[in-house]
Amino acid sequence: MSVLAERRTRATQRRSGMSLRPAATLVLLCLIAALAASALVALTVGAAGIPLARLPAALGLWTDGMANPLLARDQLVVWSIRIPRIAAAAMVGGLLALSGTIMQGLFRNPLADPALVGVSSGGAFAAAVAIVFTDSHLGESLRFLQHQLLPIAAFAGSLITTVVLYGIASRGGRTSIAIFLLAGLAIAAIANAGIGVLVFVADDHQLRDITFWMLGSLSGATWSKLTALAPVLAIALITCLWIARGLDVLVLGEAEAFHSGVDVERLKRISIVLVSAMTGVAVSVCGVVGFVGIVVPHLLRLVVGPSHRLLLPASALLGAILLVGADTVARTIVAPAEMPIGILTAAIGAPFFLAMLLRQRGLVSL
Amino acid sequence: MSALLEAQSVSMTTSGAILVDAVSLQIGAGEMVAIVGPNGAGKSTLLRMLSGDLRPSRGTIRLRQRDLSAYGPRELAQHRAMLSQHVNVSFPFTVEEIVSMGAGESPRAVTRALVAAALDEVALAHFRFRQLPTLSGGEQQRAHFARVLVQLACGEALHGPGLLLLDEPTSSLDLRHQIDLVETARRRAARGTAVIAILHDLNLAMRFADRILLLHRGRLAVDGDRAAAMQADMLRKVFEIDATIGHTGGGVPFLLPQTMRPADKAT
Repeated sequence: MSVLAERRTRATQRRSGMSLRPAATLVLLCLIAALAASALVALTVGAAGIPLARLPAALGLWTDGMANPLLARDQLVVWSIRIPRIAAAAMVGGLLALSGTIMQGLFRNPLADPALVGVSSGGAFAAAVAIVFTDSHLGESLRFLQHQLLPIAAFAGSLITTVVLYGIASRGGRTSIAIFLLAGLAIAAIANAGIGVLVFVADDHQLRDITFWMLGSLSGATWSKLTALAPVLAIALITCLWIARGLDVLVLGEAEAFHSGVDVERLKRISIVLVSAMTGVAVSVCGVVGFVGIVVPHLLRLVVGPSHRLLLPASALLGAILLVGADTVARTIVAPAEMPIGILTAAIGAPFFLAMLLRQRGLVSL
Repeated sequence: MSALLEAQSVSMTTSGAILVDAVSLQIGAGEMVAIVGPNGAGKSTLLRMLSGDLRPSRGTIRLRQRDLSAYGPRELAQHRAMLSQHVNVSFPFTVEEIVSMGAGESPRAVTRALVAAALDEVALAHFRFRQLPTLSGGEQQRAHFARVLVQLACGEALHGPGLLLLDEPTSSLDLRHQIDLVETARRRAARGTAVIAILHDLNLAMRFADRILLLHRGRLAVDGDRAAAMQADMLRKVFEIDATIGHTGGGVPFLLPQTMRPADKAT
C-alpha cells in the first residue's frame, strides 16, 4: 500500500472511532527526552540562578576557560541541593504514577489513586506515629534508627490501608466503585483524625516534622533519602513488566481473568504489596502528594492505550516529568519562599479529577 | 472411552442454602451438552464449579482423570476455556487487544493468526481496531466469544481438544448470531472439543445439543437426549408452562409455549 493510501486509511480509522497506538519505543524515547529537558530546566532555575552557560562547569563536565567567581557556589548548589532534589522529585513522581496505574488496574477503575483513597494518609499516619514514638522517652533507644524507621512505618501503614480497602470494596470478585471511593474517604478520615491526635499531643519539634508530612514537600531531599527511593523504584519497574499482562487480563474481571489462566490471587497480593511499598516510601520522603497517580495514567491511556506493558513504564516517566516540573514551579513561584508541592498537585489534579467524574457521569452509573 | 470431565455428587451450599445438590455427570470428547432450567436452578453455579472457579462444598470434579483443584490457573486455562455471562471492560482496549488476551504468552505471529481467524469466525474482523466499550452488547459478547476461541485453540495446540464452557453465550445476540455461535461451537465439537453451554432458549438448546441436562432446584432432573428433556409433563413440572411440542422435518423437537400458569395451579 502506498504511503498516501495508508495515511488515508489511518485518517478514516481515526474518524470512525478506531484506535491507533503509536510505537512503544517512540513514546518512551519522547518521554525520556522530555524528562531530560525538564531536569535541565530544574537545574538552572531557583533561588540561586545558574544560567545554562555556567551549568557544565558547575556539573564538573568542562570549563569554558573563563574564571567564574561563583563556581564554588554553583557546584555546591548543583551537587548538594538541586541534583538530589530533582532525582527525588523524579523518583517520587515515578513511584506515585506507577502506584496509581497499578491500583487502577487492580480495581479496574480509572479513578483510583493512593492519595485519594487514603493509602497515602495511612502511610502518613504511621510515619507520624514513628516520629512521635522515636522522639519520646519510650522510643529513645530507637531514635538513631528514625531515618530507617520512617519508610518502613509508612509502608506498613499503606499496606494495612490497602488491604482493608480491598477487603471492604471487593465482594465475590466484583469491586464496587462507589463503595471503594467512599471506603477510601472514610479510611482517609480515620487516618487524618489519628494525625490530628498526634499533632495535638506533639511538642514543637515533632509538630514541625508532622506538618511536613501533611503538606508534602521535596525540600528535605538528600542523597541518603535517594537510597531509600532507588531500590523500591528499581524493584517496582522490574515487577511491573512481570505483572503487566495479568493486569491487562484483569480488566475482564477476576473470574474471567482466572478462566484465562491468570493466578488472580497472586497478582492481587503482588500488586497490593507493590502499591503499598511505593506509596509508603514516597510518603516517607516527601509527604502526601496527591493526584499524580490519577492524572498521569489517564493522559497516557488517551495516547498509548490501556495495555499495561507500555502504560506502566510510560507512567513512571510521565510521573517523573510532572513532579520535576511541579517541584520547579513550587520552589520558584513564591520565591524566596517555597510552596508545598502537595498543594500544587492538588490545585491542578483536583479539577482534573472533577472533569473525569463529569465525563464518567454520562457513561456509567457509579 | 473415558470421560474428559467427570463430576461425582457435586454440591454447593452457601449460608445454608443448597444451590447445587449432588449432581453427577460425565462428558466425553466431542460431546455437545446444553444445561437448561429455570432461573435459580443452579446452572451458573454448576458451570462455575466445572470451570474450577468455585470449589464444590462436597463431591469431586476430575478433568482428564485429574482432580480439578490440582491444576494451577495457567495449566487449567490450557485444558478448558470458559465464557462468563457478564464481562465488563472499563478501559478502552480494542477488540483485537481483548481477543489477543485469549492467547496468553503465545508468540506474536501465532497470536495474530489465531486472532484473525477467530474474528472472522464471529464476523467482527472489520471492528478489530474499535474500542470494545464502544460496541453494542451483542458485539461485545461476540468479541469475548472470539477471545475464548483463541484460548481454546492455544490449549488444543498443546494438549489436544479440550473443554469449552459457555454461560448463556447468546443472551445479547440477535437470531442470526445466536445460530452462528451455536454452529461455531458445533464445529469445535466435531473436532473433538467437549462443549457445555447454559442456554435459556429451549429451541436453541434442542438445535445445539446432543444431550440435555435439565436442572431443577439444584438437582439434575434429566440427563438424556432431546426426546427425554422435551416431555410436556417435565416442562410443566420444571418450567411451570404448558407447551405444544412439535418436530421439524429433521426430527428435532421444538416447543411453543401456550400459557403461563402460576405455580399453585400447575398441577
